[in-house]
Amino acid sequence: MQRIRLRYTKRGRLRFTSHRDFQRAFERALRRSEVPMAYSAGFTPHPKVSYANAAPTGTGSEAEFLEIALTEPRDPASLRESLDASMPDGLDIVEAVEARTSGLADRLTASVWELRLDGVGLPEARQAVAAFLAAETVEVERRTKNGLRTFDARAAVVRLEALDGAFEGAADRPGLGACAILRLVVRHSTPAVRPDDVLSGLRATADLAPPVPAAVTRLAQGLLNEETGTVTDPLAPDREAVTAAPPTAAGLTAATGGSPARGGVPEGSA
Amino acid sequence: MPVESVFPRLEALLPHVQKPIQYVGGELNSTVKPWDSCDVRWALMYPDAYEVGLPNQGVMILYEVLNEREGVLAERTYSVWPDLEALMREHRVPQFTVDAHRPVGAFDVLGVSFSTELGYTNLLTTLDLAGIPMETADRTEEHPVVLAGGHAAFNPEPIADFIDCAVIGDGEQAVLEITGIIRAWKAEGRPGGRDELLFRLAKTGSVYVPKFYDVEYLPDGRISRVVPNRSGVPWRVAKHTVMDLDEWPYPKQPLVPLAETVHERMSVEIFRGCTRGCRFCQAGMITRPVRERSITGIGDMVEKGLKATGFEEVGLLSLSSADHSEIGDVAKGLADRYEEDKIGLSLPSTRVDAFNIDLANELTRNGRRSGLTFAPEGGSERIRKVINKMVSEEDLIRTVATAYGNGWRQVKLYFMCGLPTETDEDVLQIADMATKVIAKGREVSGKNDIRCTVSIGGFVPKPHTPFQWAPQLSSEDTDARLEKLRERIRGDKKYGRSIGFRYHDGKPGIVEGLLSRGDRRVGAVIRAVYEDGGRFDGWREHFSYDRWMSCAEKTLPGFGVDVDWYTTRERAYEEVLPWDHLDSGLDKDWLWEDWQDALDETEVEDCRWTPCFDCGVCPQMDTHIQIGPTGKKLLPLTVVK
Repeated sequence: MQRIRLRYTKRGRLRFTSHRDFQRAFERALRRSEVPMAYSAGFTPHPKVSYANAAPTGTGSEAEFLEIALTEPRDPASLRESLDASMPDGLDIVEAVEARTSGLADRLTASVWELRLDGVGLPEARQAVAAFLAAETVEVERRTKNGLRTFDARAAVVRLEALDGAFEGAADRPGLGACAILRLVVRHSTPAVRPDDVLSGLRATADLAPPVPAAVTRLAQGLLNEETGTVTDPLAPDREAVTAAPPTAAGLTAATGGSPARGGVPEGSA
Repeated sequence: MPVESVFPRLEALLPHVQKPIQYVGGELNSTVKPWDSCDVRWALMYPDAYEVGLPNQGVMILYEVLNEREGVLAERTYSVWPDLEALMREHRVPQFTVDAHRPVGAFDVLGVSFSTELGYTNLLTTLDLAGIPMETADRTEEHPVVLAGGHAAFNPEPIADFIDCAVIGDGEQAVLEITGIIRAWKAEGRPGGRDELLFRLAKTGSVYVPKFYDVEYLPDGRISRVVPNRSGVPWRVAKHTVMDLDEWPYPKQPLVPLAETVHERMSVEIFRGCTRGCRFCQAGMITRPVRERSITGIGDMVEKGLKATGFEEVGLLSLSSADHSEIGDVAKGLADRYEEDKIGLSLPSTRVDAFNIDLANELTRNGRRSGLTFAPEGGSERIRKVINKMVSEEDLIRTVATAYGNGWRQVKLYFMCGLPTETDEDVLQIADMATKVIAKGREVSGKNDIRCTVSIGGFVPKPHTPFQWAPQLSSEDTDARLEKLRERIRGDKKYGRSIGFRYHDGKPGIVEGLLSRGDRRVGAVIRAVYEDGGRFDGWREHFSYDRWMSCAEKTLPGFGVDVDWYTTRERAYEEVLPWDHLDSGLDKDWLWEDWQDALDETEVEDCRWTPCFDCGVCPQMDTHIQIGPTGKKLLPLTVVK
């Protein structure tokens, strides 16, 4: 069995795709592009796909990850191409590497987010960020299936900065001019702190209230470097392993040893 | 001039609504054409939520038929949920299509497919959000032609004020004919305005334009006559019938949504029409004659459709799928072809017949044999004769014995309550039947954990059926009868725990009954309900019986009628029915005889296997029965890998 790890995106209007929606679309794309999928055992066999840490509905992403198991080896590059062609524009399959290491999910410990705040001026954003970062804890509320939940949004935030997002020629388009961009690095924790929780925190600490909903995009996901506050590419170890030992018949067999990445979603039950 | 997409304005609202993906479009196999490249533009609507509307075969077929034509574009629109409706009103975003997010008001036609009358209030919401005046009388050339279709359009009188026209029957050729008429009228510079266009449509004899007909009433509230109010408009409007389904292999490229919808499968209509003659069944009466798709036509559609969609399930649709003349070869051929690909096959709407178990076994070669569904519809032998559902208890028991013996663990039985001439005893016999089913099932399977679920709903008499004259059972009587049945099942110590009981209360059926057999005066009720906030009446959580009743009490007495007058009142032979001027092909005298036969408990055979019994459709519509067998088989597909 060959395992392939994919990076995919949620762009533009398809950022409104929920994770369940994505799953169904992806599994149909697997059929349309005739990928030799491995199936789970049982009465209703499911293709073996492990999803990791999906971005919330409504947020864009450049860095979503999943892993699939195949019954016959395929070239990752051409597999990526045909899968991408079978997916709707916006849900783009942008990278594929053969899994040579275990624990993809273990290498997804933090995310880099961009929050575009139209109508918010840079000084105002900077002030709010400073207030947020200065706080020891920032209590926020989120409505979950089990009712209103209160938790700290501060501890998980590794970095937060405000940049100027106003574009050239903005002066000609009144009302659109002011735009701050927040760059956020947040540690994956339980409960998960999402970008909208940080926005709630900014409202709580500094009364920051964007006039239009923030456009939120996950730029990267990976292993957090605690010193620099950056994340590293989670597919890099697999890519390096492939370069060190290009695929051979024996190599493919060896690669099947590890367990699939631990994702948020189980592979269909047996 | 191109119209602008409303998407940028809509996008700002989407983070605040439930399941935003349903408003985004971009489904696989959807089509967006440049606005200016087309001269006739259709907005097609299914007046329910996206999750229900998207899989609708009718809309999908017409969408593709129209978009395949040069110079014609079709886009889809669905009802928006109240959360988005409120935001759209607040931010002045109009009703939009999901394809290119163009405002519905900019199209030439708004075609609405009504599978059920419970979508009428949603039509009004859409018109209002689209900026289209609610009533046909207030519309100008600026506004789309509002066209109703679907089964409910066989009596469009309750919405006569809100639509401009209606088409009854098959839509494939009708939409192209209408497109031609609109194109010519526009090319000539829209002579005579909107009325001239509607007149040209009406003149064909196959598009109904309500405003060209006056309804006259008797002092007692009944209709005295319906009469054209302008010369050149025919007295009756005929339904459309597509002959040779193999020439119309649609949908070829079924839409694949991102959002979750009620049916996620590749559906192939294996035949249209049904002549079983069940007297309660409007679909069976108005879609005659039977026209089969050939076995090879079916195989071809499945193959291409699966390639185009990636669906994991194929549904072989029709009103009674096991009746296809070559269904055995179809099922076996498809099961052989797709055994390796983990494609599931399903055959909805099957009869009580042991042959169907063989079919079901074929369709579940590798899979789990969980549940089989049958619809005896009536609990007693007597009532089944009344409704012409020719199933004996012996048939049923033999069928379920085969099912349980083949490893099926659950049997679901569908029934109706409130059928004409029905007594408590007829309904209580449902419990006896379920008991016998369990007893037989335990005997043949040797297991105690088998189940039988009884599902039962209230009967609503429908236009163009032999029961169009019948009194509907009141909701109180329906509920009381169902309660007695529940007690009988619950009280059974030995078998009761193996029998599931699901039922719907009688109230929604009364509203459906009012709308089904209503006339133009019922339009006032619909409007009042809409204005009072009525939406999504097909959804339990949105439907309000009390609202409908209080609106009816405010509007109907002015006409000297009430809800009971429309629902629980029996009609006489002489009465002019609101839909008499809409010609489904069925001879009214034949329907009346069949109604009398029902009261005499006399059954009528199926004309596919016995001589014609003169329902009138074939001669009236110049159509004929099209069935196999063709003698052909489905060959294995060549594997290209």
